[in-house]
Amino acid sequence: MTLIRFTDRPLPRNPWAELEKFKREMDMLWPRFFGGETAAKHVSSVYPPLNISENADNIFIRAELPGIQANDLEIFIEGDTLTIKGERRSKKANEKTSYHRQELEYGRFSRAVALPTKVDADKITALVENGILTITLPKAEEAKPRQITVKAS
Amino acid sequence: MNTEIMGQDKKEIQQAGEPTRPGKQFIPAVDIFENEKTVTVIAEMPGVGKDDLVINLEEGVLTISGEATWKGTEQETILAQEFEAGRYIRKFTLAETIDQENVEATIAEGILVVTLPKIEPAKPRKITVKTG
Repeated sequence: MTLIRFTDRPLPRNPWAELEKFKREMDMLWPRFFGGETAAKHVSSVYPPLNISENADNIFIRAELPGIQANDLEIFIEGDTLTIKGERRSKKANEKTSYHRQELEYGRFSRAVALPTKVDADKITALVENGILTITLPKAEEAKPRQITVKAS
Repeated sequence: MNTEIMGQDKKEIQQAGEPTRPGKQFIPAVDIFENEKTVTVIAEMPGVGKDDLVINLEEGVLTISGEATWKGTEQETILAQEFEAGRYIRKFTLAETIDQENVEATIAEGILVVTLPKIEPAKPRKITVKTG
């Protein structure tokens, strides 16, 4: 399970991830040296990409998940770790189709994020719209900003 | 299928010269496959709804473009940003065997599906030669 603090680089998902990354980098080097086509597409190895933001009352986590329906998704909260899990299935699996181009990725995904503050786990809502998942996490009362009035003596 | 999705960055369009429109432009990832009747193009456009989509077919060139218009509420502080909104655009040259009058497109969950039916091949006709 990947656990990502906002400030950290993502932890390697599997023990070979670093090696694979190295291999990819080497693969990218060769064509550069010999003047061939420039590097293959960059693979970021974290899926789905997330945007995290907050306001006074809520934390918002948005994920780019095109082609994912609500029932393909599982969202868990455990302590202050939120996990998004799911599977993206290929739409066409007809024997008679032949592919010209295959750039989309299909398969399982799972990503965990450490939340910056305590949240009210019972009031979390999640919504998928046009392939963007928005999770709204209301902050726990004690984590909300409070203004303290200064009294003059 | 048990493979894990590795994730890939959105490809940004590198334009020659100064851009004249605001926002970023991306090349959507596509799957193109065909069977005996149709060619199907599937493009990944997260954040694009039905009303933000423009599909053009002009002189045998199919252009798909869409604006990802999602945005947060006001007064949000960004803590982490791994993807950006912007405009998706990609062009395809269609083969002559495509029936350009009957191209159909649908979008759901940020996935655009364009169906391009093939023209029925002309049936071979046998011409009998008569002797004069």
